[in-house]
Amino acid sequence: MPGKKSTLFIPLTMFLLLLPTPAWAMHIMEGFLPPVWAISWACISLPFFLLGLNKINRLVKEQPQMKLLLAMIGAFIFVLSALKLPSVTGSCSHPTGTGLGAILFGPLPVTVLGTIVLLFQALLLAHGGLTTLGANVFSMAIAGPLVAYGIFKALRRINSPLWLAVFLAATLGDLATYVVTALQLAIAFPDPTGGILASMQKFLTIFAVTQIPLAVSEGLLSVIAYNFIYTHNKNELEQLHIIS
Amino acid sequence: MKKNTIISYLLPLILVVLLAVIPLQLKRGAEFSGADSQAEQAITAIAPDYQPWFSSLWEPPSGEIESLLFAVQAGLGCLVIGYYIGFQRGKRQTDR
Repeated sequence: MPGKKSTLFIPLTMFLLLLPTPAWAMHIMEGFLPPVWAISWACISLPFFLLGLNKINRLVKEQPQMKLLLAMIGAFIFVLSALKLPSVTGSCSHPTGTGLGAILFGPLPVTVLGTIVLLFQALLLAHGGLTTLGANVFSMAIAGPLVAYGIFKALRRINSPLWLAVFLAATLGDLATYVVTALQLAIAFPDPTGGILASMQKFLTIFAVTQIPLAVSEGLLSVIAYNFIYTHNKNELEQLHIIS
Repeated sequence: MKKNTIISYLLPLILVVLLAVIPLQLKRGAEFSGADSQAEQAITAIAPDYQPWFSSLWEPPSGEIESLLFAVQAGLGCLVIGYYIGFQRGKRQTDR
């Protein structure tokens, strides 16, 4: 049997190597974080995920009518992370879609939804990875949503218009995801001469600069979705204490 | 069309399209590869000895299959969003 396998394996590997399309992933690539960091980020992310599961369970039990809105938010993240958009740096990246959910349900439930999307992409698209899942969950499904949630709350406190609060929260949450990604790579791969800061600068120009126009796109798409929910689903927004 | 619809849906949508089209015009001839493949190059430049220690369990065998799976991802998401939009509109109309 091993002989048969290798006769198939060699031409297959060569075929894969010769393919002109590299496997693109906008999150940290599989195997590209040293084991120490891969494990650390997984340990940091796990409690957020568990708390998120708990929160979703409670929400669905106490307010079953929220199920559909929650599913829609998951779908929104699914769609936006499939949109690979061109950017001014001449490379492509995609929005995260997590800001909208964080505004509506708080950051924790979004951690669970974001993890599902990241798993789908890691297993079926070789996009991100299993060893880097913890780090990617932290940047996309924890840090981004936390920033979005914080900005939304702060802006609502100073009575900013709703659309502006939604726009800025989603835009800056998206941007935060990629700033954190740059930071994660910089601490794992400090520059031999310039250290973490020099590395950070390099990764920031790759991820964060590319992401600026895309973050604005995400802000706009979130406002569109929010406007629809506001027009057709006001009751739910009141029950979630977003509007009074 | 109502003024409200234009401001809350159409205007942001046009801006999103512009944000995607402008880079294509500004950077004509650029590769538009994924930001991650650039990160991969940066890692190789910073740490030339680094070897990825794990590789994906499965990779789409070609770019075509990859775009198929991306289309499935977007399609599934849109199905749920479309269901939500239809459900809410219908509910609102019967409530009235």
